[in-house]
Amino acid sequence: MSTLVIIAVLVLLLVVFGLLFRLQILSSIFSGSFTRDIGMSNSVNAVLMLVFLVGGGSWFAYSFVENYGKMNPPIASVHGHHMETMFWTTMAVIGVAFAITQTLLFVYAYKYQYKEGRRAYFFSHNNKIEVIWTIIPAIVMASLIFAGWKAWTRITGPAPKDSVVVELMGKQFNWLVRYPGRDLKLGVINYRLIDASNDFGIDLNDQASQDDFTTTEIHVPKGHPVLFKIRSRDVLHAVYMPNFRVQMYAVPGMPTRFWFTPTTSTDEMRAKLGNPKFNYELACNQVCGKSHYAMKATVIVDEPDDYQNWFASQKSFASLNPDLVASFKKKAIEGTPKPAVAAEGKETTPAPLANASF
Amino acid sequence: MSDMSAKPNLSAGVQTAGGIGTAPASHTEHGEHAHHDEHEHHEQHWLWKYVFSQDHKVIGKQFLITGIFWAIIGGTLSSLFRLQLGWPEGTMEWLTPVLGKWIEGGKLNPEFYLALVTMHGTIMVFFVLTAGLSGTFSNFLIPLQVGARDMASGFMNMLSYWFFFLSSIIMFMSLFLETGPAASGWTIYPPLSALPQAIPGSGMGMTMWLVSMAFFIVSQLLGGVNYVTTVINLRTRGMSMSKLPLTIWAFFLTAILGILSFPVLFSAVLLLVFDRSFGTSFFLSDIYIAGQALPNQGGSPVLFQHLFWFLGHPEVYIVIMPAMGMVSEVLATNARKPIFGYRAMIGSLIGISLLSFVVWAHHMFVTGMNPFLGSVFMFLTLIIAVPSGVKVFNWLATLWRGNIRFTTAMMFSIGFVSLFISGGLTGIILGNATLDIQMHNTYFVVAHFHLVMGSAAFFGLFAGVYHWFPKMFGRMMDEKLGYVHFWLTFAGVYLVFLPMHYVGIAGFPRRYYAWTGFDSFSQFADLNKFISTAAIFAFFAQFIFIFNFFYSIWRGRRATENPWNSNTLEWTTPVVPGHGNWPGEIPAVYRWPYDYSKPGAEADFIPQNVPYSQTQSSNLPYEQELAD
Repeated sequence: MSTLVIIAVLVLLLVVFGLLFRLQILSSIFSGSFTRDIGMSNSVNAVLMLVFLVGGGSWFAYSFVENYGKMNPPIASVHGHHMETMFWTTMAVIGVAFAITQTLLFVYAYKYQYKEGRRAYFFSHNNKIEVIWTIIPAIVMASLIFAGWKAWTRITGPAPKDSVVVELMGKQFNWLVRYPGRDLKLGVINYRLIDASNDFGIDLNDQASQDDFTTTEIHVPKGHPVLFKIRSRDVLHAVYMPNFRVQMYAVPGMPTRFWFTPTTSTDEMRAKLGNPKFNYELACNQVCGKSHYAMKATVIVDEPDDYQNWFASQKSFASLNPDLVASFKKKAIEGTPKPAVAAEGKETTPAPLANASF
Repeated sequence: MSDMSAKPNLSAGVQTAGGIGTAPASHTEHGEHAHHDEHEHHEQHWLWKYVFSQDHKVIGKQFLITGIFWAIIGGTLSSLFRLQLGWPEGTMEWLTPVLGKWIEGGKLNPEFYLALVTMHGTIMVFFVLTAGLSGTFSNFLIPLQVGARDMASGFMNMLSYWFFFLSSIIMFMSLFLETGPAASGWTIYPPLSALPQAIPGSGMGMTMWLVSMAFFIVSQLLGGVNYVTTVINLRTRGMSMSKLPLTIWAFFLTAILGILSFPVLFSAVLLLVFDRSFGTSFFLSDIYIAGQALPNQGGSPVLFQHLFWFLGHPEVYIVIMPAMGMVSEVLATNARKPIFGYRAMIGSLIGISLLSFVVWAHHMFVTGMNPFLGSVFMFLTLIIAVPSGVKVFNWLATLWRGNIRFTTAMMFSIGFVSLFISGGLTGIILGNATLDIQMHNTYFVVAHFHLVMGSAAFFGLFAGVYHWFPKMFGRMMDEKLGYVHFWLTFAGVYLVFLPMHYVGIAGFPRRYYAWTGFDSFSQFADLNKFISTAAIFAFFAQFIFIFNFFYSIWRGRRATENPWNSNTLEWTTPVVPGHGNWPGEIPAVYRWPYDYSKPGAEADFIPQNVPYSQTQSSNLPYEQELAD
């Protein structure tokens, strides 16, 4: 019934609209403005241009200030602070360009509206002006490029030797986390070894994999460089942590990496924000299927001591899965050809934990 | 007016069209032929006149109307997913009659949500803003503005539309599949797009997407080759490249971009078809999915991204450059002033075209590509701001001390400049690899490109339709409705996309079915409602345009030959030009198209076909020499 009423109202509105439109045309024929080239509407529109500039500009300024507090995710990494400065500096530069050009556009539209008897100024080109407004933006862009390039090289450069290594593996629809254990070496993994009991496809015959452990939460120490080794075992995913200003795709068949240094522990951030429930969140940021929007992990930044304790208390994957270890041993003894080895596991050898400067 | 061939004459028509370029004599011959045809008007079968027509004007209108159809579909899809984003906890039970099984217990299916955003992007980028915009106006305006009877090959031109039509049919049918249409984003990154196990949309939906896109590319290439050939070979007497309207320069360069970049997408599509159907491993490697390890090894998903964006980035210029050209034309005509810096405008178009081929990897800064490439592409990308800036400054200088008539087309052109500035400037943030680490794939990107290429290109499209409607249909569109349409759309677009930047700066990822799972993103609940409301409102405002458009075709005020007092050649044709465009000889061209408000001239415009000898009082010194 209510649907019928809604449809009836809509139809009625359309009819009213049609009648008004017809009326408008008839009255304009009657008043003669129907065939007139330039009528009242020209100056009305010119004024509206100015109104739009002032009204729209004020609304934009107001809503921007209103939301400014919400739009900056609290920063918790060293390079994040640099990026933040660069971001708002660039915003200021483009903000100036925005304000100048939009103001000129609408002011000109208002000021140079049609006037009976006036002629437009025949001004077809001026090479000097063209050169000026080519060179000034070029210089501004050059400085932005330079700043961006310097920061980019630093951020994407090689990770410090003593970085804490964490391996993240994306799968539909959650994140798997693996740590190298006491030997600081991630064991070899192979996607053909993946099954229900071995999510990562860890090769348990590899010596380096014996003390690897897997977790659901990601723990990292504060003030220490952390190297994320990122993999995917099915489709593309992306590791995205807005608070750390970190983003890197997880690509099946091609390990990627990103390193950063957390500056604020979870507890400190909770105190700072006055929000005891705050957590650093890791979101998947490359569409990966049905539950893409819920593919989330939590990152805990610990004080170095807490991190050491947490690390020490973890049980290795091998010790938690004795049956799996047994079946790997059996296969090795039976002489099943060893599956092709993914090179990545042995690529980087992190320095021993003892050298790490906690 | 007349059309050139009834059914028996179809092949003769092809010959005539082919003969146009070879000898000037055939111009007159053909002209008389067209003239003669007027008397046989009644014998023409409607099928050859309106459906399988080889007349570039009819083909242009076919592209336009198909484009409008697609825009309604694309807009409807966006309203659906904006409902979901604005009210993720709300019920959509009332949509069950339309969406059927895609609503489960009042909730939109998340996979269908992904299909919605995928199809919205595909439809808007390719079917509306490439075919509907460039297809319409390149077809309609190139022969009219360069002074040609028709395209170089009318037959190929007709094929171009019908391949597009075929592609449209396939894409449209895919919306009704049991497993849903393609759902891996309009960029169809594999492995998601390659594996039906990963998402049902990658089954039949993706197959149809790929087939449809293959036909679409064929259509683009047939059209593009034709546009380029026509501009190079069929310009009328006196129409040198430096006398071409900026519209033609824009269409010309756009066609070149299309010809060079669409084949690369074709190769990507082809390789993806191989991976999907024939067991190759171009883009697949080391995949364990649905409880099974796949045999594919050695492929690279990043390779696909390179191939895709080698088209994908020029594509955004394919979308925006025709709009730039038309806006330049409309601004100059209605400011009654020459376009400022005609040569700089051409130079910046060429600069943008060249650069557009070497910036593609800025879409891939964080996809695992070598960081060194990131530095290179950041450099090249940010440079493109310079020619873009030149264009904006030249448009502003064109308005300066003009005598502006606010026709609807003019308002949309001013709106275009405003949106192009707003959206273009945030590109400086995204082109910076360092800042893109944070902004990549967030709503900041969505806001950026919806302003700069989405809305701006739509504004160019509207400006074009309002401006050239009289030449298309011989009637005027209603100006009052046009004003209402403009102001609602202009305000609507800003209300939607400015706040979207805030959400993006906070890091809200795009293609998220709901933001409720994350504390960081939930704080924007109100803003998301606001954006959704504004978006749906702005979408419904478009029906004013659609009403105006169809109403005016039949009931609009009758147009005169040159209602805007414009200089370009299309306004020297009859009110509704027939096939062949000019009943008599094609006019020769003597001057550039922007002699508006020239000092000393009587009228405030001097059309291109007026020789200098007739304008002694207003000639500049060097022009006087040409006159003598």
